[in-house]
Amino acid sequence: MEVKRQSLESVRRRSTAIVATLFLLPVAFFLIVYIFRSVIYTFKLSTLDWNGVSQSSINIGLGNWKTLIHDATFFTTIKNNIIMVIACLVIQMPIALVLAYLLDWANSRFKFLKSVYFLPLLMSSVALGFLFKQLFDSNYGLAGALMKIFTDSPFNLLANEKTAIWAVIGVISWQFIPFYMIYYFAGLTSISPELFEAAVIDGAKHHQYIFRISLPILSDTIKAATIMCIVGSLKYFDLIYVMTEGGPSGTTELMATYMYKNAFTQMKMGYGSTIAAAMFIIITTISLFTFKMMNMKEEN
Amino acid sequence: MARKKKFSFAAIVAIIFAVIWMLVATFPFLFMAFTSFKQRNELFQSPTIFSLPKSLYLDNYKEILTGNFLIYFRNSVLVCAIGLILLLAASAMASYVFSRLKFKINKIVFAIVIACMAIPIHATLIPVFLLTKEVQLYDNIIGLLGPYIAFNIPVSVFILTGFMKGIPVELEQAADVDGAGKVRTFLEIILPLSMPGLATLAIYNGINMWNEFVYAFVLTSSVKSRTLPLAIWEYQGQYGIDIPMVMTILTLSALPMIIAFVVFQEKLIKGMMAGAVKG
Repeated sequence: MEVKRQSLESVRRRSTAIVATLFLLPVAFFLIVYIFRSVIYTFKLSTLDWNGVSQSSINIGLGNWKTLIHDATFFTTIKNNIIMVIACLVIQMPIALVLAYLLDWANSRFKFLKSVYFLPLLMSSVALGFLFKQLFDSNYGLAGALMKIFTDSPFNLLANEKTAIWAVIGVISWQFIPFYMIYYFAGLTSISPELFEAAVIDGAKHHQYIFRISLPILSDTIKAATIMCIVGSLKYFDLIYVMTEGGPSGTTELMATYMYKNAFTQMKMGYGSTIAAAMFIIITTISLFTFKMMNMKEEN
Repeated sequence: MARKKKFSFAAIVAIIFAVIWMLVATFPFLFMAFTSFKQRNELFQSPTIFSLPKSLYLDNYKEILTGNFLIYFRNSVLVCAIGLILLLAASAMASYVFSRLKFKINKIVFAIVIACMAIPIHATLIPVFLLTKEVQLYDNIIGLLGPYIAFNIPVSVFILTGFMKGIPVELEQAADVDGAGKVRTFLEIILPLSMPGLATLAIYNGINMWNEFVYAFVLTSSVKSRTLPLAIWEYQGQYGIDIPMVMTILTLSALPMIIAFVVFQEKLIKGMMAGAVKG
């Protein structure tokens, strides 16, 4: 009897193992081939001097990495990416939070607001890039029309070295604020309405309810949004590439656009991979670090 | 939710802010749609960009729709449809394992899959490009499927595993007594009950795939295999300063998403919310 039960148990375990293996196979295939292999291969390619086409590539060891450390443009791209992160944290997040509260408050009366605010999320970055490029046109665009109110000589904000990055930040904010808004809104709708009622019965004003009760409840959502904001801002590519291609004179160049240009425009696969590998290190480190820091705060 | 009945000062400020943001959010769309009905020179002649089109001029649409647009459109539909089916099948199978089967390394494998969310896709661009060339899938829409599926797997598995954990186990225990195997339990019980979760994921990932740019840009080179975001890119080169024509393409490529939005509005917003909770 005892033996029988044991063997039944082991048969069961074996069948579990077989099903688990079979069922995980497709996911394992895609992740291994496209993600794990790629990341490792990126590091391997970063040691080559190679144009991606010719049969022969020269292994130059850490040569590309030495070049990278002395590459002023690369550091400019990091600086620009950091500006993007800060802009995301101080512009997108607060506006998104306010809009989410607005939606939560208005949801019962003005349902259409949610749909309208949601619209930007449906457009591809490429389409948005071209659309806003047009709106920034100094003669026939919105920016031109607005600038004419203040000055006789409107100029294209995207083509000016001083304003280009701010113009781009404006568009990115327009595109991503709805994303964070929906995210916060999801958090807000999960707070039970009874909490608000209880607070009101206890004599709390609306702003007291927001600052003392709902914001603290929302803190996990805000933390997660902060991580997404930081990591997302370090990865921007599409919109910038379409609107400015990193210009004018590299003032909107980001790590991703610089990597792309090196690898696919100048056909420096080796150096492009070095930038990609550096991006991987920077982004993974920063996300781990932010993640750790936020959890540490929680413990204190 | 019974909140304040009368409009206080704060409410008025909120309403003003709401209206301003509504204008900010919709103006680019209105500009896009209206301009697409304008003639090429109309934009340059009209006094302000706010003026409405003189008439419902449809020639822009005719020209685009008789060109290569439909090929791009077909490619986008194909990539999206096949990509979603494979992605959802793979994710559902994995999520079933993570949410139901008990074995030693279950949690570790799950953590590894989820950790992939943090990996920047640009760090994989060059190797995937080289691999695609090597296996002769360059400039072929099949070549796009691999990366599209792979990069959406972590989020999908995360959301779907959570969803499946919410399905009560009693149903399967009954099936277990019946003598149904795990594969049958998955196909006949878990999968049908996971449909709402799968629909949400289809919407969330569908938008991502429909709008994806960088991989399509790198892995394809000709009309026969390029998707809509690249149509926009190419028409921009072709028509250059014919702005109404460019706006027509933008409108047409956004139209399927906007129609989907009107039809599945609640589901779509829920999908984005679920996608947002990926953390």
